[in-house]
Amino acid sequence: MAASGCRGVRSILWKNRSCGKNVCVPRSKMVPQLPVRQIYVSSSLWKKNLAAAGPQKFTQEFIDKQVEEFEVGKRHLANMMEEDPETFTQEDIDRSIAYLFPSGLFEKRARPFMKHPEEIFPKQTAIQWDAKGRPFHFLFYTGKQSYYSLLHDVYEKILAIERHQDKMRNKGLFTSDTKQILLTGSRWLLKEEIEENLVENISDQDYMRLIQLMEKLLSMPYCSLEKEFILKFRKQLEVQSSKYEIPALQYDPQGVAFSVADGRRKTAKASITLRDSGSGNITINGRNYLHYFPVLQNRVQLMFPLLFVGMMGRFDIEGSVEGSGHSAQAGALRLAISRALLSFVSEGEVEKMRQAGLLTADPRIRERKKP
Amino acid sequence: MAAGVLTGVRQVLRGPRLVSAVFSCHGQTFSSAAAAVKSPAAATDTAATEKILNFPLTQPDYFRLSELFTMKDLFEARVHLGHKKGCRHRLMGPYLFGSRLDIDIIDLEQTAEHLQRALNFTAHVAYRGGIILLVSRRRQFGHLIETTAQECGEYAHTRYWKGGLLTNASIQYSPGVRLPDLIVFFSTLNNVFQQHVGIRDAAKINIPTVGIVDSNCNPSLITYPVPGNDDTPVAMEMYCRLFKMTINRAKDKRRQMELLKGISASV
Repeated sequence: MAASGCRGVRSILWKNRSCGKNVCVPRSKMVPQLPVRQIYVSSSLWKKNLAAAGPQKFTQEFIDKQVEEFEVGKRHLANMMEEDPETFTQEDIDRSIAYLFPSGLFEKRARPFMKHPEEIFPKQTAIQWDAKGRPFHFLFYTGKQSYYSLLHDVYEKILAIERHQDKMRNKGLFTSDTKQILLTGSRWLLKEEIEENLVENISDQDYMRLIQLMEKLLSMPYCSLEKEFILKFRKQLEVQSSKYEIPALQYDPQGVAFSVADGRRKTAKASITLRDSGSGNITINGRNYLHYFPVLQNRVQLMFPLLFVGMMGRFDIEGSVEGSGHSAQAGALRLAISRALLSFVSEGEVEKMRQAGLLTADPRIRERKKP
Repeated sequence: MAAGVLTGVRQVLRGPRLVSAVFSCHGQTFSSAAAAVKSPAAATDTAATEKILNFPLTQPDYFRLSELFTMKDLFEARVHLGHKKGCRHRLMGPYLFGSRLDIDIIDLEQTAEHLQRALNFTAHVAYRGGIILLVSRRRQFGHLIETTAQECGEYAHTRYWKGGLLTNASIQYSPGVRLPDLIVFFSTLNNVFQQHVGIRDAAKINIPTVGIVDSNCNPSLITYPVPGNDDTPVAMEMYCRLFKMTINRAKDKRRQMELLKGISASV
């Protein structure tokens, strides 16, 4: 465009020069022409600064349209797979897509998927003020409205309890030994969990302040009035030992109880049958354990679970093991024996075994060779 | 719309000592309140709205705020008690009677006059739908001020004031945020006895401020200073009560006028 303009100007200039030679052009018609300088600019001036724009924002209409398209697509998919469109769940969608578009890619997230737009598009914070521009929340101008409003509520409850205390004192019914809230077996929510609840980022000092206020609330005699509120901020710690799968106790035709369990260590795999009312015989791969494990250390590994529980001479152990070396096989057998013992032992003992490390599989494996 | 709230108010209520050439509010400049051209179809409607907005400005005490407090109330709430003579700020001299037993005594006649002016301004801002931000950094009264703000439907900020809340608003909040039209400081000092950052920022952004200045505070950058005690709970409760009543009165009056306009328009 600039070049053509230049050419145009240059042609006018030339025309004027030529006119000046032959024909007298009236002065008023002559437009004073300034010499044109071509300016060269790079295309980066016209390119948008994509980094400065921030994360891409989607309008609500766009997301609504996507949701509509998803619902229609879901029905089409159900028809394609000859299933009922009404009862087509997300798992069915995943299964159908995996069937229709088989992919050999290792990365699961790179494979084709069809999910609800809510899960794909990032959640954007809704506009926080009304049509006139007035914010909805009264603490909007602090910047951290949810966090400060939480502190406000906690302080409100502290004041309410103090007023209650004063009332009881006036009536003469004040006692310090009121019902206390049980806090054992639970912990305060972590900073990340509170950030999730508030949908806001808070700093470490803010988190400490919140916990301090909650502790203050707990320190008051009549804190049981606000029990549900406090328990919302505490998370129950799950009992670790309940996670273990206890092998079922089986009975053979003679009525003798036995349990079967597996264990692994490095590349050794072991399988154990623990029979009750035995005399402490241990048979591995058809041979006596004295023959199979000449080294004392390995035999100690086998006996340790029984020694720990105090049932040394009670069981008959029959095991098969393969792979790896003698120490790893002993370790695998030990884990299998501990797991089999779980069905013969009480809850408290299970927890003790867990704390002794008998039920933890040793995660160490051989590290590869590096040059 | 936000800008229109304050232009008319400031032109009338500001004393002759302040020069008002061109008001720029939130970056938009206005020379008169009714500069826009209106379509003939909505002429009657806008005429009624203008009457609602402009008529209160012609009256000296439209909301009858002088009935809300007397000097005796101020005295009983211990508003006249300042800090020790050694803590006195140079510029607070004119507002004080002097000192008795080394404690500065604030002149309640001046306080009453200033308080009346401040409450009147607050009422007019609330009447025109302006955003009022109640600020204080005293931890003793933070909860009280937040509750007051909640009860009158306005906003409060009694927490740590982050640097660019007013000056860098489009980044601190979101672009297109509406800033407060009036900031009321219940105590102009922060916890380390320095002037609150909000006073300087509001002056930079042309947001009018109302402030309770004690004898150790600097009243210079505050639009409507009210010399008075900011340390006693009784005094703070009284201020909160007064501001809450003013704002509620003004908003109720506005609702009343809108209803009357609706009735007269339908009739």
